[in-house]
Amino acid sequence: MEKYLLRNIDNPDSAHLVEYVKAGGYKALAKALEMKPADIIGEVKNSGLRGRGGAGFPTGMKWSFAAADPKRPKYLLCNADEGEPGTFKDRPLLEKNPHLLIEGMVISGYALGAEYGYIYLRGEYPAAKDILEGALRQAHEKGYLGDNVLGKGVAFHLSVHQGAGAYICGEETALIDSLEGKRGQPRIKPPFPVNEGYLSKPTVVNNVETFANIPYIIEIGADAYSKIGSAECPGPKLYSVSGHVKKPGVYELPMGVTLREIIYVHCGGIAGDRKLKAVIPGGISTPVLPADKIDCPMDFASMPKHGSMLGSGAVMVFDETVDLVKVCLRATKFFEHESCGKCTPCREGVGWMRSILERIVKGAGTGGDIELLLEVAKNIAGKTFCPLGDGAASVVQHFIKHFRNEFEEHIEKSKVGASA
Amino acid sequence: MLNEKLVAEINRLRSKYKDARSCLLPSLYVVQREEGWITPDAMTAVGELLNVPKATVKGVATFYSMYRHKPMGRHLIQLCTNVACMLMGAESLVDLLKEKYGLTPNGTSPDGRFSLVIMECIGACGTAPAMLVDTDFHDSLNDKNILEILESYQ
Ligand SMILES: Cc1cc2nc3c(=O)[nH]c(=O)nc-3n(C[C@H](O)[C@H](O)[C@H](O)COP(=O)(O)O)c2cc1C
Ligand code: SF4
Ligand code: FES
Repeated sequence: MEKYLLRNIDNPDSAHLVEYVKAGGYKALAKALEMKPADIIGEVKNSGLRGRGGAGFPTGMKWSFAAADPKRPKYLLCNADEGEPGTFKDRPLLEKNPHLLIEGMVISGYALGAEYGYIYLRGEYPAAKDILEGALRQAHEKGYLGDNVLGKGVAFHLSVHQGAGAYICGEETALIDSLEGKRGQPRIKPPFPVNEGYLSKPTVVNNVETFANIPYIIEIGADAYSKIGSAECPGPKLYSVSGHVKKPGVYELPMGVTLREIIYVHCGGIAGDRKLKAVIPGGISTPVLPADKIDCPMDFASMPKHGSMLGSGAVMVFDETVDLVKVCLRATKFFEHESCGKCTPCREGVGWMRSILERIVKGAGTGGDIELLLEVAKNIAGKTFCPLGDGAASVVQHFIKHFRNEFEEHIEKSKVGASA
Repeated sequence: MLNEKLVAEINRLRSKYKDARSCLLPSLYVVQREEGWITPDAMTAVGELLNVPKATVKGVATFYSMYRHKPMGRHLIQLCTNVACMLMGAESLVDLLKEKYGLTPNGTSPDGRFSLVIMECIGACGTAPAMLVDTDFHDSLNDKNILEILESYQ
């Protein structure tokens, strides 16, 4: 497939405005400014684009909610927090193709009537901050940003806001609180950000990759765009692949390519030609899949039917040598560390799961530990304020569901050790 | 207290936002860059500048893991040990840093050269294991190249 999101990526100067324009950049913006805002929203709706941040919410629908709210000013926020472990797909866009993001945001701002935008960038990406700020300056100088974009009387101001190391700030309402200078803790919904977001004004939050699709939709039109990839969630998709494959990295492929194709065709198969044991298909929060369940189309609609979720499209591959109980422990430690502490089942329960997993891995597990883990997980799932707690419970539940024997083996060994 | 230059920098950042409090995280970064950590005095000064109560500033500053609340070594190593990095040997790198520099997580080497913080995924999983040293990314680390890389940070 011809690359769109990563087009130009091999050009060492791809982040520079001149190179971006040479490759056809900012033409979609000029075209969009000739359209009516409502028509742009209509195109995005018809394109079938679904948000690339993890939840897969239809972008056009989100936009129409915000557009319908009469409160002013409106804000446009880019979620560049990219904190889901295994995910590194937004980074090449931010570092190598920042003008694609900027162009997408200016078009979106115009469509929504938002004059101010912020890119909420994780603190762990210092290089991206410099590159983005450089790109914003260039865009400003050339009139793609500012009080009078391309002389069309449209204002759009955009800047970078740096996060400071909190995974939960990727959740959109926590992100908004964080931008407001608060502790980043999720808000109760409703009200939704599209009505009461940043400074209580209508606010649209979209992922980096979502914005990066906007110029393409404008350029080729909703009809052509909706024919790329799966019918239910079309478009190009970035998959970041890590772990035991021969060629890890970020791949731009049509939405709906199978997990097997990603691993065995694009990434060259398992490193050292060892056997595949398991895959986490969409970032650490998504359910693990055993090796015989990888013939699933990687899109938002299909993955739940195959026992997992597309999430951020972060594929983590485990070969036959991996101790999955250890992986489950490390994932749970992550959730414990990142729990924002707002609600009890997550704040307390995830720590309990971590300590049970820790003793199993250390060889001090006991007979009832698996049931106890499942009991704790059950009491977290569905009882938390935001999806982080659910994710933590679901990770443990699915590792046990598919790989219970590995937990049992650890515990068996502890018993042998204890009696010896 | 904050010198004039920092106050000017914070005021410049302040103009990017409709309200003062939104400038809190960026302001904390400014003082941290200047002093290496966020001193209690700096929290007071930032609070006064942005009209945010000092206790609130502290509550915010301690929520985020990238703000430091004690002096750091000359160079900050932020090493990821999350799943992809763990698979590729990050744990042995933690051991190596202890052996070579006497560094433990959240600690500073006795000579004050390095501080070590363990990170949760820094977006380099395809080239794991990875670390940030100050603001530089280094990836595809192993027992050998990590020491060579750290040699250039004196
Ligand atoms: C715990 C948690 C972490 C999240 N982290 C991110 C993230 O790092 N980046 C992101 O774009 N969305 C993240 N999301 C999803 C956002 O809440 C939100 O749905 C998304 O930014 C909307 O953009 P989209 O519609 O373009 O996908 C996270 C959600 C949760 C619950
Ligand atoms: S589930 Fe966890 S992260 Fe989410 S609000 Fe509750 S404590 Fe915070
Ligand atoms: S797991 Fe270490 S960089 Fe992602």
